[in-house]
Amino acid sequence: DQVLHIVPETFQQVQHLQHLCSTLPLDLWKPLLPEDIWAGKDLHIRIPAPLVQEIKDSLDQHMISYKVLIPDVQELVDWSMPRESSHRQVPEGYVYTQYHPMEEIYQWMTQIQKSNAELVTQHYLGKTMENRTMYYLKISQPSDKTKKIIWMDCGIHAREWISPAFCQWFVKEILQNYKSDPKISRFLQNLDLYVLPVLNIDGYIYSWEKDRLWRKNRSPHMNGTCYGTDLNRNFNSAWGSIGVSYNCSSEIFCGSGPESEPETRAVAQFIERKKSDILCYLTIHSYGQYILTPYGSTPKPPSNSEELMHVAQKAAAALMGKYGTRYEVGSTSLILYSNSGSSRDWAHTIGIPFSYTFELRDKGTHGFVLPPDQIQPTCEETM
Amino acid sequence: AASMELPPSQYPAARAAALATGYLCYRRGGPGLGLALRHVRRARRQDIDDVGHKYHLELVLEDVLDKDSTVNCTAEVLYHLGNKHIAPDVQFTIEGELKNTDEADNTFYNRIKSLDKELVAENIPDSHGNVSPEMEPIHLLAWVASGYVIWQNSTENTKFQLACIKHVKQVKRSDEYLEFDYTILLHEMVSQEIIPWQMTVLWHPQHGVQVTQDSRQLKPTWE
Repeated sequence: DQVLHIVPETFQQVQHLQHLCSTLPLDLWKPLLPEDIWAGKDLHIRIPAPLVQEIKDSLDQHMISYKVLIPDVQELVDWSMPRESSHRQVPEGYVYTQYHPMEEIYQWMTQIQKSNAELVTQHYLGKTMENRTMYYLKISQPSDKTKKIIWMDCGIHAREWISPAFCQWFVKEILQNYKSDPKISRFLQNLDLYVLPVLNIDGYIYSWEKDRLWRKNRSPHMNGTCYGTDLNRNFNSAWGSIGVSYNCSSEIFCGSGPESEPETRAVAQFIERKKSDILCYLTIHSYGQYILTPYGSTPKPPSNSEELMHVAQKAAAALMGKYGTRYEVGSTSLILYSNSGSSRDWAHTIGIPFSYTFELRDKGTHGFVLPPDQIQPTCEETM
Repeated sequence: AASMELPPSQYPAARAAALATGYLCYRRGGPGLGLALRHVRRARRQDIDDVGHKYHLELVLEDVLDKDSTVNCTAEVLYHLGNKHIAPDVQFTIEGELKNTDEADNTFYNRIKSLDKELVAENIPDSHGNVSPEMEPIHLLAWVASGYVIWQNSTENTKFQLACIKHVKQVKRSDEYLEFDYTILLHEMVSQEIIPWQMTVLWHPQHGVQVTQDSRQLKPTWE
């Protein structure tokens, strides 16, 4: 069975769709009733497998365009049941337009590597405070030349759920399209992609189980009466100097020292080792719709500021070209506030030339609690 | 004092704009209409001796329920000098008409009036960001009322947004007004804090939204 997404454009199309619904055993997911089908409104409809081709032909005949929202409903159903065997083909069964708990993201990583072994390998990065394993995915086309690296991490702040969702989407897009999209295949000929889907695993799990708006990691302080360091204030770049708190009860507590947190150390040690090959460091956050450049601790621009801004502005323009979403570009210290100890600043100070923080949708209407129907457009435009 | 042009994407203008939007939304919004800041077109700041900082803003606002529907407005925000807990002065002009919500308002009003038991709800939106259609007016009412709290409590060093409604309960009244007791969570951008706030909100289709009482709450400690 497949679920199609259709936006009827004319009254004739609406009528045809209503006709199909009344004569064939189709399952309307949205809207619920055929009489609520309107031109210009999203339609989601499940088509039983034996009718899929016939319906698609009929839609083509009537010039009704559609997108396949769910290519295999059964796989989706199977995927959402707890199961022991892991032989499912993830790109088809995994729902990228929904938020997933950490358990499922771990399974997804294993699956992605299994079904794309020629391109993807999963690697150990380190352990979190609560002893969970941090993994990153390396996407690399086999070649005899050493390639430069683009690093991207998501989920450094637990409540920013759209961020890990974006990392997963990004991986999926690359893997689904690297053969057919010339831009992506050329990209992969020259660059390796390293993606860390969830940096702050303990915090992410905590935001699913206990407190949706949790931000920090889960390191205990003051004899377990206070928890959490802001990992993005914990890196060794002007650590503890500005835009932080030394008090554990604050959301911007910078920790007991630079790189005091195991998550920070895991990332920093890896990046330090590979730094001469890393061309670009990206860290994905929400919300606000910004592409932020160094630094947070001072308005003084970095040495390659012009080039940094130029690239960021081109990115923002391309992003806006998709759905009209406006992203502002500039240094954190000018656009947002002063801060120190951020991963992005640290990456730049150790010599990585292109270092950016992306703050994804939206501008505050939903804030951290971005509804799942915005996952797809957010990810598509950011791609 | 002379006014200087501010880059509209940078934080001084952005913070003043957030405040102005909150105030404007409070004055003009309701369960059928919430307004959010789309972007700042232009900003100027005037430093007035012995008075404070006055921001002149040109803003584009969008309808929370229909992102494609935008409206331009101009606003002036005066942050008062010194530590007196005086809310900033805000004035605004909206270009054109805002959508008419009479029908939606009356439907919502009658729906609540005809409930057997007082409405109670929690966690709007839910953790995934979903708001059911029946709860959307309750959500918008909080969005609009939070504009009051944001206006009253903002300074040049803060930027507040409504994060979610933790809890809402309707309070029975003998007069024609609807009353709701909300506990909301505000997100403050600069400190990144999540601040619980209680507010008592009155509403009537012809009389608009009023926050009659509000107080900052202590954050509960989970562990």
